[in-house]
Amino acid sequence: MTQQGVRWTAEQVLALAPDAASRKAGSKLAVAGPWSSAGSSDEGTVWGLCKGSGSKPYQTIIDVADSSGPAYKCSCPSRKFPCKHALGLLLLWAGDDAAVPSGAAPDWAEQWLSGRRTRAAERTTRTDAASGATSADPEAARRRAERRADRITAGAAELEQRLTDLFRGGLAAAEQAGYGLWEETAARMVDAQAPGLAARVRELGAIPGSGPGWPVRLLEECALLHLLDRGWLRRDLLPDGLAATVRSRIGLSGSPDGPPVRDRWLALAQYDTSDSHLTTRRIWLHGTESGRTALLLSYGAAGRAPELSLPVGLAFEAEVSAYASAGQPRVALGERFTAPEPTAVRPPGITPAEAAARYGAALRDDPWLDSSPVTLTRVVPTPDGDSWQLADADGDTALPLTATALSRPGLWRLIALSGGTPVTVFGECGHRGFTPLTAWAEEQSEDARGHAVALC
Amino acid sequence: MTSTSEASAGLSWEELVTTALLGTDRRTPPGAVPGREAPVALLDAAAVETVRRRAGIRPVRAAARPQPAAPDRRPPLPPAATRRLTTLLADRPGTGGGRRGTAPDLMELLPQWLALANAHGYAAPPEALPALLDAARGRTDLRPAVLAFAGARALWLARLNTDWRFALRAAPGGGASLPGPDEPEGVRRLWREGLFAERVALLTAIRAGDAAAARELLSSTWPTERAEDRLMFLDTLRTGLAAADEPFLEAALTDRSRNVRATAAELLSALPDSALARRMAKRATACVAVDHMGGTSSGTGAPAIVVEAPHECDPGMERDGVLPKAPAGRGERSWWLGQLVEAAPLGAWSGRFGGRTPEEIVALPVADDWQSELHGAWCRAAVRQRDPGWSRALLGAPSTPEAGGPGAASLAERAKLLATLEGGKRAEWVAGFIATHGLSEAFQLLGVCAVPWAPPLGRAVVDALDIARDAGSYPWSFSGVMGLAERCLDPGEAVRLQPLTATPEDAEDAAPGAGGYWAEAFQRLATTLRLRATMRAELEPPGA
Repeated sequence: MTQQGVRWTAEQVLALAPDAASRKAGSKLAVAGPWSSAGSSDEGTVWGLCKGSGSKPYQTIIDVADSSGPAYKCSCPSRKFPCKHALGLLLLWAGDDAAVPSGAAPDWAEQWLSGRRTRAAERTTRTDAASGATSADPEAARRRAERRADRITAGAAELEQRLTDLFRGGLAAAEQAGYGLWEETAARMVDAQAPGLAARVRELGAIPGSGPGWPVRLLEECALLHLLDRGWLRRDLLPDGLAATVRSRIGLSGSPDGPPVRDRWLALAQYDTSDSHLTTRRIWLHGTESGRTALLLSYGAAGRAPELSLPVGLAFEAEVSAYASAGQPRVALGERFTAPEPTAVRPPGITPAEAAARYGAALRDDPWLDSSPVTLTRVVPTPDGDSWQLADADGDTALPLTATALSRPGLWRLIALSGGTPVTVFGECGHRGFTPLTAWAEEQSEDARGHAVALC
Repeated sequence: MTSTSEASAGLSWEELVTTALLGTDRRTPPGAVPGREAPVALLDAAAVETVRRRAGIRPVRAAARPQPAAPDRRPPLPPAATRRLTTLLADRPGTGGGRRGTAPDLMELLPQWLALANAHGYAAPPEALPALLDAARGRTDLRPAVLAFAGARALWLARLNTDWRFALRAAPGGGASLPGPDEPEGVRRLWREGLFAERVALLTAIRAGDAAAARELLSSTWPTERAEDRLMFLDTLRTGLAAADEPFLEAALTDRSRNVRATAAELLSALPDSALARRMAKRATACVAVDHMGGTSSGTGAPAIVVEAPHECDPGMERDGVLPKAPAGRGERSWWLGQLVEAAPLGAWSGRFGGRTPEEIVALPVADDWQSELHGAWCRAAVRQRDPGWSRALLGAPSTPEAGGPGAASLAERAKLLATLEGGKRAEWVAGFIATHGLSEAFQLLGVCAVPWAPPLGRAVVDALDIARDAGSYPWSFSGVMGLAERCLDPGEAVRLQPLTATPEDAEDAAPGAGGYWAEAFQRLATTLRLRATMRAELEPPGA
């Protein structure tokens, strides 16, 4: 259902690359030379043969319009994902109509594509069957859930004990105790099957020695951890929404069981964070009809880019389902009806003062929230000593940028885009400040509508 | 951000922090409820305060907003060209290995892309400015083109980021920040108080518009400037040097600094009608004559040039910039002679040699081994005075055997001589040179030819590469020329390259595997040419 001629931009393709080396290698292959029999279908499939070092060229196929994100297949031995051939072919497709003409897929590509479609269909059936199986034995599922809840309860109680001990002796002493204490406690929380607690505990270990004011930050985080423990231990007394939030903060993954919502979703921002085990990709969406903001999470093993990728600034029609938990915008992506294509729609913006108030209000539903997604309208990136802020162009208030934002190269793209004039900025606003993720220049004229500039 | 609750709850939060640091064993938390464990009470209170503080967050006061950058009135890049720029900038140096393989070296195409974009007069996309400035920071050769393309907004950015300070120094005239000719007070103040780089930029900018005004400004403070500054200021006269500059330069011949004196003399000698040029002509022609009686060695009676080098470097010569002390290993007299001939206007020789043309003069035999000295000095004079007639004569025919050998002019000198010729003649000469002498000496000469290479030159290079391949050597022996060809060959030649991209069977006497490497190198060449054609098309204005 892709409109013919709607292709991705080079930036969007490069965002798929797992690392800088792949970006470079892919860029080098983005020329007609090494490719033969390249082509694309109107449904969003791209294929080509790439001359490698061997006698047999590599077969590269990308399914851009797949409902769960672009899928790649390449006969090269690379373990990078997507590999440089897939990136190069997509770049070529993005940049040069003539090099990747529309046409029918050759046999070798068609085989893989039809295989995928069959498997996708099977998967749907299997999921249905699986959910049937779960409901067939609700008693066993209930017993499993109970056992896990008991483990978490034991973990939360143990954590409470550790916190109590810590505050009896004082945080000053904790500075000497060092990181090992927290690592060990985090490991206990993993054993207790409470990954949310484990992650918070691990972060505590980094706070002593994180610069001036660390005791305040440590106290705050310990207090919120304590609040989460107490919330879990007394979850029966909480309102349903808050109880769901506690469960998800503890790390009990809910299911996306909200009713499917169909909308035209604008991909607002996409960025990855990673630790030694996992790469987490966060994709913010804006429902152009509902006005709703939604978050997609996608994971990849360390060193591998998560599979789901959406080009920032493009919109597509799809169904999403919300995860059960109050105050959290996470959704799961359901069926996609169109491929991403350009849109003139921008998320409506608010002022810095309204953004701060919105974060404050969001804490009512989720006191553990670090930030909430916000679009600021008519703000000017403004230097403030060694730091930067986003100042209201029409008022005298501003939001300071977070340390994370200040250390990213995107900061300077934002400043350059603005040039001292107002811009629209989407980002995350919280107690540490504002982290800009995407920006749009003010419209200079009707035909020069600013496009989305990714900052992360 | 600030917190609303700080004023009201500040005291109890401070107490909570203090208690947390010391531990509840040493200090009872404020508002502890009896019957509850002290640490739990502390955590309860801290949790309430933390959420309260966060929920009460308010924006901060806006700092002084930056002065907006001047709007860029140039047309925006076509979308495809914007995407291309992103790709070119993504190929940053240091992210990968060498240049083997068939894929083009994108970073090498950036200068050409920038030149084309600048020729079309496009505005740079603002979000690309940081990457452009970073690229120019690492490569000084890119700076002029990057800064021209990046425009005033890049200078606006550079003022905010110390990493890009080079842009403020390198930008001609510092862009919009310089006072214009309509602001005499601003000009005077900047000239009096500005940093050295700003003053040079100011002088250069004024010189471009009104040479007399620039001279006047320079004269106003000349005696009080430091010697090294005087030298740099003097250098700004090089552009648009004219007879009107002579009095100023003549005065500078008595400067305290020897370097200033030498530079003033050099500039004066490039003005053929200057008094200094006339003095030098007199001195130089006195040393060189035509002997019609026949050289002592040949005795054939054919005319020959005889040279009688100066016996001393008198104060007058010294005042006119002749350096009296020869470098180690050079004879004093030939050193003086060289300087006299180099500084004398070339027009003087025709009269001296009975109305002969430069070709006829260069063809005259020179007695007593003075030829290389004399011809070398003429070469330097031709370059200095940008005289195509003499350059042509001194270059000689590209196919003569000595054109490829050491001869009178070195390859570097030939490249400089070529640069004074008109583009088509230049390409023609180099094509002839390559056809006779091959590629190994051609690198420097190719560097001064206009891009894209004219058809005969392009064909000569491709033919020579083909010959090198047939001779069985490895392509990396020609990697310099290959790299140049990728950037300079006309994209239209890609078709002619097609037959060369196939991998041939290795010939018996060829280096092992060379054929494969050549095929790869030609593939990269063809690919790069096609990419350059695409780049060019992408930059065509829509509807053009």
